[in-house]
Amino acid sequence: MELALNWYLSLSAVLFVIGVLGVLLRRNAIVIFLSIELMLNAANLALVAFSQTFGDVNGQVLVFFVMSVAAAEVAVGLAIIIALFRNKETVNVNEINLFRG
Amino acid sequence: MYDFLLPDMGATAPILLVALIGVVLVVVDSFSNDSASIPWLSGAVLVAAITIELARVGVTDSAFMGHVMSGGFASFVNVVILLGALGSVILSVPYLSRTGHNFGEVHALILIATAGMMVLANAGSLITLFVGLETMSICLYVLTGLVRDNERANESALKYFLLGAFSTGFFLYGIALLYGATGTMMLSDMPAALVETGRTGFFAGGVALLLIGFFFKVSAVPFHMWTPDVYQGAPTTLAGFMSTASKTAAFAALILVLGRILPLDDVGLDTRHVLAIVAAITMVVGNVLALAQRNIKRMLAYSSIAHAGYILTGLAAGALGYAGALYYLLAYTVMNIGAFGVMSVLEWDGKQGAEQTIDSLAGIGSRKPLLGVAMGVFMFALSGFPPLAGFFGKYFVFAAAVDAGLTWLALIGVLASVVSAYYYLRVLVAFWMKKPEDAHVSVQSAAFDVPLFSKVVLVACVAALIALGIVPGFITEAAGAFFVTPEATALLP
Repeated sequence: MELALNWYLSLSAVLFVIGVLGVLLRRNAIVIFLSIELMLNAANLALVAFSQTFGDVNGQVLVFFVMSVAAAEVAVGLAIIIALFRNKETVNVNEINLFRG
Repeated sequence: MYDFLLPDMGATAPILLVALIGVVLVVVDSFSNDSASIPWLSGAVLVAAITIELARVGVTDSAFMGHVMSGGFASFVNVVILLGALGSVILSVPYLSRTGHNFGEVHALILIATAGMMVLANAGSLITLFVGLETMSICLYVLTGLVRDNERANESALKYFLLGAFSTGFFLYGIALLYGATGTMMLSDMPAALVETGRTGFFAGGVALLLIGFFFKVSAVPFHMWTPDVYQGAPTTLAGFMSTASKTAAFAALILVLGRILPLDDVGLDTRHVLAIVAAITMVVGNVLALAQRNIKRMLAYSSIAHAGYILTGLAAGALGYAGALYYLLAYTVMNIGAFGVMSVLEWDGKQGAEQTIDSLAGIGSRKPLLGVAMGVFMFALSGFPPLAGFFGKYFVFAAAVDAGLTWLALIGVLASVVSAYYYLRVLVAFWMKKPEDAHVSVQSAAFDVPLFSKVVLVACVAALIALGIVPGFITEAAGAFFVTPEATALLP
């Protein structure tokens, strides 16, 4: 059981790091957003793994909340990106720089 | 069969009421688009919720098997959040009508965000903490990008959204690790679980990631980069809402979490040092960068970063500083709602004030004395001038830091607030010492009047700041009681 938990957690940590690196290195707003979703799902995996090990349902309850929150975030996030694209015709975050100081 | 739910719903009535009316407003709005009754309804429900919470400050309770707190500390924080929301709603009606964006859904989003903030501030478990934080954040992303056809508003919304979601990722991973370290989601069970398991790597990592999420939400340095861009591009009254109510909620939740983690000696020491260092950097960077700003909304954003640093100073002091931090949050909410309220009246560039410099406000004091006097009170309060509430807020958090042996931190705080007087008073120089003729020609001819609703809120804020300054003991005794009574030790062991 202990070994199994570590495998899950390692995978989750790798996914989380890939997500963080994606946010930091990619410049396309949609790809950044995708990487953020990867971070959330890495956390979900860790929660489910812990929940299974402890035999406690709370972790899995939180996972359901995270999935619904992520869906709401997609709706809002894509709407914001589309509104921006209509005005600027770009989703490259390096070109989105009206504010200074 | 579900009888046990009724008392729980009674205990969380203000949250449920605000959320319910928020949903009702969406329905009302879809049948009668942008109906004039919507702001009245949202104001009424906020007043009702404040009344209920005020009646319950004396009793501490919890609901839904401990997942949500109610009464006592929770009620106090809810009152502050609801006051911030009420002030923003009243100021938003004339402001958004003038800019042509007084949509019904704005008020629905404000109410749902407020409900999320209350859930966050009353969280009894990591689950409610997350759900409250996200309910609040997602509504705020939409409110930031309200002016859809403006590039700056789009940019603000995108930056807020991407960085906010990024920090949510850290926050959630922190929750997962804390859950793994303690085996429980309930905040109240954590101390016992920690005594059993000791301090593991999971626990340290979880606390660190959770703190990153919180630092982002309260815009502490080095997680502050989004704040100026977001406040500058967002509609002014809604920027006021974000800078006060959401910050209050995040700080209250931080107190709830720290209250359980810090008392364990070996754990507390490190976390407390991290808080103290972040507080020091936040105060210095916020105040120094504010000096260089020419746009008032941007300056207010950096000032709100600096104020987050002062409040963190109180939290770094541990249990001694919590009551001071609560008083500070109340005072800060009143003065910042007021300052953003004044700016919402003085906006005529058609870009949510994103391009207005301080010079464009030359001579406003003699043209509109009410605005001049009100802004004077808010600026003196923000810089911490003695008879006003801002001074006592700073005094309480710095005194707590000295008592906790963090004299160096209090010293940095005092020096930083001396620096802050420069940029706050510069606004007053523009308001009163410069002549209207000094301003740009387009500004001199700009016609504007002060709507009645804005006047009411501004006068109320001025009165509250003076009253809180003259009798601060009334609030601090109420706030201090949460952290010494037996019920409170049950709440915050």
